[in-house]
Amino acid sequence: MNNTLLEVSGVSVSFDGFKAINSLSIQIAEPELRAIIGPNGAGKTTFMDIITGKTKPDEGVVIWGERNISLLGMSEADIANAGIGRKFQKPTVFEAQTVRQNLAMALKNPRGPLAVLLHRKTPGNAARIEAIAEEIGLSDSLPRIAGELSHGQKQWLEIGMLLAQEPRLLLVDEPAAGMTVEEREKTTDILKRAAQTRAVVVVEHDMEFVRRLGCKVTVLHEGSVLAEGSLDHVTSNPTVIEVYLGRGHA
Amino acid sequence: MHKTFISQNPSVLWFIALLGLFTLAVTVGSEAFGTGLISTSMVKTLGKTLCLCLIAIAMDVVWGYCGILSLGHFAFFGIGGYAIGMWLMYARTEGIVLSSLSGQAIPSTAQEISDAIGNQIFGVVGSSDFPWLWAFADNLFLQLLMVVVVPGLLALVFGWLAFRSRVTGVYLSILTQAMTLALSLWLFQNDSGLRGNNGLSGLQNIPGFEGSSQAAISLAFFLGSALALALGYLLFAWVVSGKMGSVVQGIRDNEARVRFLGYRVEGYKLFIFTLTAVVSGIAGALYYPQAGIINPAELAPIASIYLAVWVAIGGRGRLYGAVIGAAFVSLLSSWFTGGGAPAIDLGFYTILWTDWWLVLLGVSFVCVTLFFPKGIGGLFDYLVRKPS
Repeated sequence: MNNTLLEVSGVSVSFDGFKAINSLSIQIAEPELRAIIGPNGAGKTTFMDIITGKTKPDEGVVIWGERNISLLGMSEADIANAGIGRKFQKPTVFEAQTVRQNLAMALKNPRGPLAVLLHRKTPGNAARIEAIAEEIGLSDSLPRIAGELSHGQKQWLEIGMLLAQEPRLLLVDEPAAGMTVEEREKTTDILKRAAQTRAVVVVEHDMEFVRRLGCKVTVLHEGSVLAEGSLDHVTSNPTVIEVYLGRGHA
Repeated sequence: MHKTFISQNPSVLWFIALLGLFTLAVTVGSEAFGTGLISTSMVKTLGKTLCLCLIAIAMDVVWGYCGILSLGHFAFFGIGGYAIGMWLMYARTEGIVLSSLSGQAIPSTAQEISDAIGNQIFGVVGSSDFPWLWAFADNLFLQLLMVVVVPGLLALVFGWLAFRSRVTGVYLSILTQAMTLALSLWLFQNDSGLRGNNGLSGLQNIPGFEGSSQAAISLAFFLGSALALALGYLLFAWVVSGKMGSVVQGIRDNEARVRFLGYRVEGYKLFIFTLTAVVSGIAGALYYPQAGIINPAELAPIASIYLAVWVAIGGRGRLYGAVIGAAFVSLLSSWFTGGGAPAIDLGFYTILWTDWWLVLLGVSFVCVTLFFPKGIGGLFDYLVRKPS
């Protein structure tokens, strides 16, 4: 791939002797929609922690962008500003603040304390917030306190905050967890649209949801890549069936 | 900008208006004004209370808004008091020494004058030399600068070390307690250069205003404290409104999330910690000339804990809550401990409030935490219910 945005190669990390990630190598292109599946403990969340700077790997490299920057020495904030946005498994929005405030905080703007202190509302920013709210279906909820939203709405708000950051890579951890069928369909649409212009990596448990995404799938198992390809391709792989589908997850 | 700021924060306008009315009432009732309805010592108490309200809103910003439970902000308050106290003591002693020496036939040399002043100030700790700390004590402007620079610098260095290492929660609280305790213990030493446990005294006598009555000086400090509180309130209300307020409250509620949004959390915490330390220093510089004396016990760890109790009882996360808490609890405290509250005779035991006030305060703190987490200020939510 010549349009590789993120290249993870030979990454390993262990916690108290347990190898959570074992010489993992993954490449993500731009634009691309990619699903990462795998049983519990396969290292999906640790993989995201490494990319976003929360966990430092014991070995391996994580290379980002055209200029081949290493992400490993960078702080969480620097990585976020480089263009990587992350949505957590549990919806984490700022519940005490309104939907509009949540989006305004995420909106791509200077992040320094002085710039933020002297920040003034502009029609341009307001329009961007409106557009994102439209995209995630929360236009009518902008003045509401985020804590009052339903579970699904919080998930969308968090995806909206990701979009507001204008990242080149979105890491989305189990976006469909706890959603109704209609909510899942809407979430799929949002992610598919986002993936038209940028890289979107979705970690998911739910096979039906992954099927609806209709994208390349990477199967993780015990911290390394077990199989990669279309969903039909990987689900016909005997090893995948044994470690994952065979346990009744399908 | 200010039109939208005020219209978005109607409580600011209310607060300034009520503070203005209160100030006017006290001024008209003061002895300096002529009516004498309010005694000079009461004016001092009220002026000091306004200073405590000022540090309470600083505490509310750092704890209630930013989530940093600092239990060391009284150290900054004390430093502000010491900084202004050094000039007050030096300048007054210089005046006394000069007037006593002026009668002599042979004019004294500068060295003799300096020695005489040193002897007056430091004789109590068995010394007559000026420590390096007092290098600027003869200069009011520089000493006023110290009121903001020293607490600001200490907060900057301490905060940088603590926040960079991601010390949070109870560990940070313990560190701040250690900071104020260390400072207090150092000040207790006679060779600290700040007169050990004697502290600095006679601060109510303002050099250059020997002709003015205490009634007039007290009123002037009361008005100055009211102005400082009003300005501090405006400043903090502005800081915690808008996008800065969003980020700061985001840090309180979920620090990691703010980081993944691309904000350098350490920088924001450091900004809030240092800004509130500077305001605390200013509050202390206004407080101690009204108290008349400052000694190392003022910086004891318990003082900063009381500060947190005031803010919790008043209602954290709202500036007026901190003001209510500080005013209410500190005035009540001086009423109880000052013998104002009548003792209760139970027959077999007599409750003396000077001893039992702390128990009452402790019980109220527990009750507020358990039953009214929003504090007294939370009651306003019932009054101004937003139509839903």
